[in-house]
Amino acid sequence: MQWDVVIGLEIHTQLKTASKIFSGAATTFGAEPNRQACAVDLGLPGVLPVLNIEAVRHAVRFGTAIGAEIAPRSVFARKNYFYPDLPKGYQISQYELPVVGRGQVEILLDDGDTKTIGVTRAHLEEDAGKSVHEDHLGGGRLSGIDLNRAGTPLLEIVSEPDLRSPQEAVAYARKIHQLVRWIGISDGNMQEGSFRVDANISLRPAGSDTLGTRAEIKNINSFRFLHKALEFEIERQRDILEDGGTIVQETRLYDAEQDETRSMRSKEEANDYRYFPDPDLLPLSIDADFIQAATAELPELPEAMRARLIEQYGLSATDATVLTGSLAMADYFEQTVAGCHDAKLAANWITGSLAAALNKADLDIEHSPVSPAQLIGLLQRIQDNSISGKIAKQVFDGLWQGEGDADAIIAARGLTQITDTGAIDSLVEAVMAANPQQVEQYRAGKEKVFGFFVGQVMKQSQGKANPALVNQLLKDKLAGG
Amino acid sequence: MLDQATGDSICALAARLRRRECSSRELTAAYLARIEHHDAALNSFITVTPEAALAAAEAADQQLACGAGGPLTGIPIAHKDIFCTQGVRTSCASRMLDNFIAPYDATVVSRLHQAGAISLGKTNMDEFAMGSSNETSWYGPVTNPWDSTRVPGGSSGGSAAAVAAGLCMAATATDTGGSIRQPAAFCGVTGLKPTYGRCSRWGMIAFASSLDQAGVIARSAADAALILQAMAGFDRQDSTSADEPVPDYSAELETSLQGLRIGLPREFMSAELDSDIAASVEDAIGLLRTLGAEVREISLPNSALAVPAYYVVAPAECSSNLARYDGVRFGHRCTDPVDLEDLYRRSRGEGFGAEVKRRIMIGTYVLSAGYYDAYYLKAQQIRRLIKQDFQHALSEVDVILGPTAPTTAFALGDKSADPVAMYLNDIYTISANLAGLPGLSLPIAPVQGLPVGLQLIGNYFAEARLLNVAHQLQQHSDWHLARPSAFA
Repeated sequence: MQWDVVIGLEIHTQLKTASKIFSGAATTFGAEPNRQACAVDLGLPGVLPVLNIEAVRHAVRFGTAIGAEIAPRSVFARKNYFYPDLPKGYQISQYELPVVGRGQVEILLDDGDTKTIGVTRAHLEEDAGKSVHEDHLGGGRLSGIDLNRAGTPLLEIVSEPDLRSPQEAVAYARKIHQLVRWIGISDGNMQEGSFRVDANISLRPAGSDTLGTRAEIKNINSFRFLHKALEFEIERQRDILEDGGTIVQETRLYDAEQDETRSMRSKEEANDYRYFPDPDLLPLSIDADFIQAATAELPELPEAMRARLIEQYGLSATDATVLTGSLAMADYFEQTVAGCHDAKLAANWITGSLAAALNKADLDIEHSPVSPAQLIGLLQRIQDNSISGKIAKQVFDGLWQGEGDADAIIAARGLTQITDTGAIDSLVEAVMAANPQQVEQYRAGKEKVFGFFVGQVMKQSQGKANPALVNQLLKDKLAGG
Repeated sequence: MLDQATGDSICALAARLRRRECSSRELTAAYLARIEHHDAALNSFITVTPEAALAAAEAADQQLACGAGGPLTGIPIAHKDIFCTQGVRTSCASRMLDNFIAPYDATVVSRLHQAGAISLGKTNMDEFAMGSSNETSWYGPVTNPWDSTRVPGGSSGGSAAAVAAGLCMAATATDTGGSIRQPAAFCGVTGLKPTYGRCSRWGMIAFASSLDQAGVIARSAADAALILQAMAGFDRQDSTSADEPVPDYSAELETSLQGLRIGLPREFMSAELDSDIAASVEDAIGLLRTLGAEVREISLPNSALAVPAYYVVAPAECSSNLARYDGVRFGHRCTDPVDLEDLYRRSRGEGFGAEVKRRIMIGTYVLSAGYYDAYYLKAQQIRRLIKQDFQHALSEVDVILGPTAPTTAFALGDKSADPVAMYLNDIYTISANLAGLPGLSLPIAPVQGLPVGLQLIGNYFAEARLLNVAHQLQQHSDWHLARPSAFA
């Protein structure tokens, strides 16, 4: 039997604010346990939440970026459940009236087509703390609670069940990841838990339009795991369905080590969250002026910029996609073009050598050891023929190693291209003199050996001879008898 | 001289302090001595803080000696044990918080401290403010200063009894469904519940957040005005506090009542009301008429729905507000929990009393999937209707008047086995909380030696008007001057 896969994602992205969503405590990652938890975060008796308006601005920016309606009035609600790292016994979230309504994003499929994915809603909420289960606590008998993360602002972005494969799910998750970083509302750091994905997945007979029973895979913190977890889950559900079984609606966890998903809790034992409007917070009112002010400095959005790069610089669709992978990447490109005036050359170097080096070193372009100005210095030496493309790669290595700017490296390493006809002339003569047999062969009509001569001359010049001049002079001398 | 001083008004006492006829230290010591002497029987205090009080009194004396300080500088008061007080146990009268030392001051506490008031300690109350008799306290019931076999009312029973017995000049209190006004009525003192949002809730331990409001219990409207003056005002730390200017509450006390329009809801003066209490209310109405007020009958047609709506909304909010008491970070923790579930079950089972548990269960039920619409949403709709009733009435009259409670103080143990009978004691007070309006109770003619309260309800932020009406009544009567003989 053929099955259609239906996937919807709930993405929790941590918003970049200096303080928490309902308290003045700092949000910096990695502090000593419970050093960034104030009375409000601890849920002490008598404390009250006060909304951090910067978190609202971020939500408005996101909503605007996906073309969603920003609710003029939204409501914070309490989601009630007991857990040791949830200090108040409820999480302040939004339920019936979220701040961001229906919007959409476009994802790029492997075949180059685009697909529109609906975003149902996005709402503001606070994060919980974390439980620490380590052996040093009471000989492993006790669990610790670290409330540093409690109260960190989150935007939960809920997609429509529009995704039809793990590939699409990953493309969508990457798209949202790109977007939240692009508009500066989140650092998207997945290792630190700033971007977490819950995936709802179900199967249904091909062509059916009723949804099957779904499982929810919680807290996936890498795109690779998202892909693997979904692949596993499709397999698992298909096996059950094809054996005539039924899927249990439940929450599952992905275990990366075993590469499998495991049941966490089924719906029967699931919590009734008893949502109700939080009486400690007034409804959130957002007017046009607020939206205007919050979005005034939004950068050009990725799709628009990608189209512009193709249009304005004549870039290929592939190059434009890579260069708009992040706002920092796009900025890097445009700064480089501004200095070297050759978009194709800049694109080749950024998507080629630079991207490869960054990838190898596992660095974001924000942390590139080679600045746009340095890259421009290198490209200019290519453009004025001071160095060949091959030598340029050596200069780039020098830039990467921090040996200074391009000119300094070229000088220090003695890499300036030889364009002096006399110097190349003597190299050509020396090579011809050393290889009389090959000269004979060439003159007898075996033109293939020409390449051998070019290679020899370049080798003698340690790659510095201008290849065009070498060609020209060799042709003349070999023909000249 | 000091015995006499304890009978003064705050205003008169402040004048004596400024004239250096007595010091705040002497005054504070005198009050501490009275607490020492009387409170074993009364049980109105959970915690007394003599050292801090005397130290604060000395600081006040230094201020006064330089001619500095305001109308509350050096005046001994007490705080309901629902307000967080830095470094002092803040128990909410619950075993759950018996070991809780608050690390910060409630805004109301710090404002009164700033104004120079001396805190003598923390007053007894119903556990987590849930009760109308002060019998649900972990620390035992408070007795009524007028009759030790009777309850003082609740939940601010400790504050009302302490003020009535002369153990402090005034006390802070809170009112979620009548918890200031009903004990004030039972103890023969003046209690004011301000408009919702008038005083900050920061540091006030939450029972039902959309109804809770801090206020004051004092011997007179004039004293209450001085205390409220220090307490009221916007607080950035409470998103529901009102950013409205605070008027000078004492300035309007002397305004004439000539032409004042008073509404008497027929639903409050029904046949179910005790006839003696009704007569007492009629007496007060007569006096108001002689002072120039016009009294007319009005209707609040949805009044009968107030108690049922309240007992959905308040428990719903309490079930969530009290979830934080889980034995994990502070408060009572059971010994040797075997696992998380055991920790929760026993810590909460041992830490909370029966009435608190009852309300948590009701609240959890009404918020549950499948019941939310039928209970919580319906109750919120009723709440809007009640609010509309009041808005309509207050477009025609300036003040609404009636009895504060349907009975005088009842006997200890009388209603503790019948929660619904207990809940119905708040029948006249609850609707002001549902609507968020200010309400005041002041003593009128007693019935069989027991105090009776007259309730005034005004428009939003009309506290000055309520205090004015109450003060005018008190200027022309002496009901508020009566003192229980056992505490002379």
